[in-house]
Amino acid sequence: MATFFGEVVVAPSRAGLDEEEEAREETPEDREIRREIEKKRYRQRGEIREREIQVLWSCAEESLVCSRFIVAIGRNAAAFLSSFILDSVCWEVIGVVKLWNEWCRTSSTTNVLPTDSFCLFYRLISDPTVLLCQCSCYVAEDQQFQWLEKVFGSMQKKGLQVTILSTCPVADYKTQESTLTLISPFLKALKTKEFQEQVCCPLLEQPNIVRDLPAA
Amino acid sequence: MFIPCDRGGGSAAPDFKGFTLLMPAVSVGNVGQLAIDLVISTLDMTKVGYFYTDCLVPMVGNNPYATAEENSVELSINAEVYSLPSKKLVVLQIRSPFIKNKYRPFCETLLSWVKSSKCARVVLLSSSHAYQRDDEQLLGTPLRYLLTPDLEKAVGGRMKELNWKEMEKVAAYPGINDTDKVLHIPGGGITKLLFTESCSEGIQMAVLLKFCSEGDNIPDAFVLVNYLNEWLQLTKSEVSTSNNSTDPSSQWKIPSSWRLLFGNGLPPALF
Repeated sequence: MATFFGEVVVAPSRAGLDEEEEAREETPEDREIRREIEKKRYRQRGEIREREIQVLWSCAEESLVCSRFIVAIGRNAAAFLSSFILDSVCWEVIGVVKLWNEWCRTSSTTNVLPTDSFCLFYRLISDPTVLLCQCSCYVAEDQQFQWLEKVFGSMQKKGLQVTILSTCPVADYKTQESTLTLISPFLKALKTKEFQEQVCCPLLEQPNIVRDLPAA
Repeated sequence: MFIPCDRGGGSAAPDFKGFTLLMPAVSVGNVGQLAIDLVISTLDMTKVGYFYTDCLVPMVGNNPYATAEENSVELSINAEVYSLPSKKLVVLQIRSPFIKNKYRPFCETLLSWVKSSKCARVVLLSSSHAYQRDDEQLLGTPLRYLLTPDLEKAVGGRMKELNWKEMEKVAAYPGINDTDKVLHIPGGGITKLLFTESCSEGIQMAVLLKFCSEGDNIPDAFVLVNYLNEWLQLTKSEVSTSNNSTDPSSQWKIPSSWRLLFGNGLPPALF
């Protein structure tokens, strides 16, 4: 498209697929360059490729029996759990997610500061089927499905109820009135039809949506 | 990939044998997806399942086609399948972009699902960058169609009757050699890949696309869905009684999720 000053630029498309780079015929030099970049980005370290997620459990059981799973995604939700729920008397750390992406890296240590990026799993000592996850790191879009499969794949689901806690900026909330006059913070919920209990807040109205790991 | 909804009354997966699969390409202006929204909303189609896939960015929200409080609480995700057996129509709606490097696996899995579910044909709604049109394409209709060889035999004649224009091929090496022609659909997302794969796998596929630009693409969606309707006759065109002409948007129902597409209300303090 031509801009106001007359230069032609390629407009970013809402379609999201930059197929130009995929469709272009590759010369042998292009292929070599692409291979080198991929080698650098997806470096093999033993059997593990850097883009892959590792879920490390400290408990001995092959799969954890789980009846309640509370997941806090993002720094605010993770801080909420740290402030109001977690303590070292009632909860024990049982696992950690190790991942790397362009935005953050987590390690396998369970001794973390609130400002670190981490993803830890806890178990309620008095009822070991109650699990909790604090995920303050950003899980990239190509890692979200992996996270899901690896975490839920380690669980034996026994009448499992999952609660996901997350935050979004008020500016992203779509409403007829301006968000400037909206009293915030406020809670909204989404629930599956299998969830029969009372929800503690109104449901999220269309056209609002949730994306990324909470959506996954 | 396809997970049927549990509708009670038996666990049999829905049967799409002989159905027409209507689907969008995630393309410029999201026109295909908007047109699909109009089809699902107007025909009040029932959700019969979804795609469990790692190829699309995850998203979830409440029912985008809600008409009342009661039906507004059903969750909706990024790739869902709706059906209308009375018209032998199954519709796939895609609501988020592809994850990097995942569009090829998605296309492969989709086409193998089309074959295994024995759909008779696929109709793909898409769009292409208007600014990439050549001089001839700038004149006349902005709508184009493409048919795979198998479908050409069956419906090519109908396209000629409707006076539709086939998507032109462009020179592979413009300026150097004008004899080698290739299909080029800039901004069309997976359109070209799905079409070429369908050609080589003997799948009957039609592509209906509109040249457009990013912006308010609701009018483009209406134009595309009316184009589709000329052929498939999904709804009747209503003749407006006041001026005896057909309003192109009157027979389509806009879904409730199209509210606030361009942002919230303005703060009164601004004025």
